[in-house]
Amino acid sequence: MLLTRRRFPLPDSTAIGLQHEEEHRPELLHHFADEQQQRDASSLGMWVFLATEVMFFGGMFCAYLVYRRWYFGDFGAASKSINMALGATNTAVLICSSLTVVLAVWAAQTARKKLLIGSLALTMLLGLTFLGIKGMEYRDKFVEHHVPGASFSFDHEEIPGHPGQYANPAHAQIFFSLYFIMTGLHALHMIIGLGIFLWLLIMAWKGRFTPEYNTPVEIGGLYWHFVDIVWIYLFPLLYLIDRH
Amino acid sequence: MTGHSKSSPLPTYFAVFFALLVGTGLTVFAATLDLGRFNAAVALGIATVKATLVALFFMHVWHASEKLTKLVVIAALFFLLLLLGLTMSDYATRPWS
Repeated sequence: MLLTRRRFPLPDSTAIGLQHEEEHRPELLHHFADEQQQRDASSLGMWVFLATEVMFFGGMFCAYLVYRRWYFGDFGAASKSINMALGATNTAVLICSSLTVVLAVWAAQTARKKLLIGSLALTMLLGLTFLGIKGMEYRDKFVEHHVPGASFSFDHEEIPGHPGQYANPAHAQIFFSLYFIMTGLHALHMIIGLGIFLWLLIMAWKGRFTPEYNTPVEIGGLYWHFVDIVWIYLFPLLYLIDRH
Repeated sequence: MTGHSKSSPLPTYFAVFFALLVGTGLTVFAATLDLGRFNAAVALGIATVKATLVALFFMHVWHASEKLTKLVVIAALFFLLLLLGLTMSDYATRPWS
């Protein structure tokens, strides 16, 4: 009763919101003016989260830069012991998965359900391939006693470009600590990403995503691409130093 | 958001995909060359180009309808550069180390 007696017009957004409620559009939450605003709010929130992730990984990249400068040759020798071919393959695998993710987002926006399900499944498969190759790499490091700790050993490894000079095992151990922490946290992000994509796959299977409502696919995609970007920097910094 | 424009975004996606693969090949090849002090600069330069391509086209920053999104991206990069730049301006200029 009170509302109908109001003389002044309602604010625009409220008016539009009421209009939508009358049209029964379940995909539009009542506190947003329209779908575009709802999508923008979600992706903005995700970008703010990714900004905190940039800071999170940034601290480790900073530690890497400081120690790389201090223990330049030791880092070169330690980096050379990592299998570059596996790292390069993993980079290609992640780039392929980024392509399948944009295809999934596009498929959700254009109502192509088969392509959406296929792309999501392929992304998960590529993610698992990445983790499998990473596991092979870790296995090599365990076999070679390059895992920091009591059984760590890095004796008589030549510093690249300085024949007869050997790397300091204590300094090389710091490289391997950074290697395991940075690739390990990256792998943890991949595992979380696989969980997100499994959920997206189930929702896509149930037909929850439409051209009007596909925000979860877009947001999940943003996360996956961010993890890809982190790897784009990890690959040259950990695998490719002093290879010539 | 590319999905809402009239033209198909697929050609862009595949072009970016091939550029990323070429960039990966290039960075591996550059690592085998002896460029002296410039090895790290070349590797990080290629990585930055690749990361920018992913952010602009795969993460739709280029077509973002909301200017705030671009502001958040720039703010994140600014504070990252502040962290790395100020730390290295200390460690890289210590004459005793």
